[in-house]
Amino acid sequence: MIEMQEVGFGYHGGSDLLSNMTLSLQPGMFHFLTGPSGAGKTTLLRLCYADLLPRSGQMGVFGQDLRGLGRDDIAMLRRRVGVVHQDPQFLDHLPVAENVAMPLTVSGQAVDMEALRDLLGWVQLSQQARALPPSLSGGERQRAALARAVILSPDLVLADEPTGNLDWDMSMRLMQLLIELNKSGKTVLVATHDLNLIRATKAQVAARVLRIAGGTLHLAGADL
Amino acid sequence: MRRDFRALNLRAFWQGLLRSDGGKGDRIVPPTGYTAQLTLFAAGAMAFLAVFALALALATGRLADRWSSQLAQSVTVRVSAPAAEQDARTQAVMQILQTTPGAGTPHLMPEDEVAQLLAPWFGPDMPVDALPVPSLIDLPIDNGEFDSDGLRLRLEAEAPGAVLDDHTQWRRPLVSAANRLRVLGVISLLLIAAASAAMITLAAKAALAANGQVIRVLRLIGARDITIATAFVRRFTHRAAIGGAVGTLFGMAAVAVLPDMDAAGGFLTGLGFQGWGWLLPLLIPVTAAGVGFFATRWAALKMLGAVR
Repeated sequence: MIEMQEVGFGYHGGSDLLSNMTLSLQPGMFHFLTGPSGAGKTTLLRLCYADLLPRSGQMGVFGQDLRGLGRDDIAMLRRRVGVVHQDPQFLDHLPVAENVAMPLTVSGQAVDMEALRDLLGWVQLSQQARALPPSLSGGERQRAALARAVILSPDLVLADEPTGNLDWDMSMRLMQLLIELNKSGKTVLVATHDLNLIRATKAQVAARVLRIAGGTLHLAGADL
Repeated sequence: MRRDFRALNLRAFWQGLLRSDGGKGDRIVPPTGYTAQLTLFAAGAMAFLAVFALALALATGRLADRWSSQLAQSVTVRVSAPAAEQDARTQAVMQILQTTPGAGTPHLMPEDEVAQLLAPWFGPDMPVDALPVPSLIDLPIDNGEFDSDGLRLRLEAEAPGAVLDDHTQWRRPLVSAANRLRVLGVISLLLIAAASAAMITLAAKAALAANGQVIRVLRLIGARDITIATAFVRRFTHRAAIGGAVGTLFGMAAVAVLPDMDAAGGFLTGLGFQGWGWLLPLLIPVTAAGVGFFATRWAALKMLGAVR
């Protein structure tokens, strides 16, 4: 699914933030990516959806070499990767339901209203379907972003500190949705520095924890 | 040209020209903003000016043709001789002119007509008949067989004192001036189109920049450049077409109420459209839409290239 071989990356000609990074993301697995702030968790996720290109090494997503992708290829790749950010952005002039359905719209697919209602119900946003994004709370925005990320039924779901702005209950509600996605066969990669969240999630699902530190990636110990 | 932008074709142009809303896909762009008013106003004002530039180009073209053809349809022969020989010399010239190939019937201008021609210079009270005024003969040209150079040589040989004036001295600068005015009209049209393109490009760039977040979100969820660009291009094409249509209608109305050429008889009153010429301004909104289409397409191409 995602294969990294000795990948290096640095911003704007600076020294490498990530170096000699080797990773193989197995299909259907739940993964955590943890590490201190500034370690490169977000950078690694951005590499995974081709928002950045590696400086060195080989990186393939769904069997495609990232360096060989054109702009249309990147668009097609992103339809197979659902992304949830810590501070998700929406088209603020459109209601939540249209925002959630936007991946279908831009990919030229018809919107199945019943399926859309089901999806909004799954993330408990049925009441907010006609609301505009600026009126949503932090938790509602995260769940709307998750619904938007999965509406094209992607093979891979990436979440970058999705609970960063949420309280514990809301964080666990969101993690529950990600666990359900994983149990339905989706590969999930969640970047977080919240170890309690990782422990609580691992109690419910088999998860692989990767730790990023000093620019390199390690498999976390049994304590996680 | 990037491959995906080749798909931004005539279909998108016509949809932008004819439809106020290009469909659900166009809703991805926020509907309001000052760029909408700017584009409408710029297209309208430029279309209004374009109507006058077009009218000027057409009117000066007609003027050049008219001056050229009217003055070329006749020549004047001036006969000077001592008073005692004036009549005989004039009759001799008349005979030459009557046998000239391609010429019509020569008309010897009566003394009162000659006096009228000279009145602006000598005043109405000057006894023109007391002056040694040459005889003037107006010779219409019937067809292409007429050879002014040949006639000039023949007059020199057979009727000394007779001078042929084919009006070239007057005609050339008049026609040249009219043609230059026509070129100025065409240049004005091109400048108006270029200025419109510049303004619409600026408006489109402003709209694209103001919607940077929208573009980033769309790219993140898998939108192709063509999808994003089409939404902007359709919208700007439509605005340019509407603004162009309104400006053109106002411009045509303004031209229509200009004084009639025949009624006033002056040079500038000939500025306007005639017959089928009234249909030509209708091309201006289509041209405005075309300018909007290509300007926005170019701006979108540049802008989207900067967003991964």
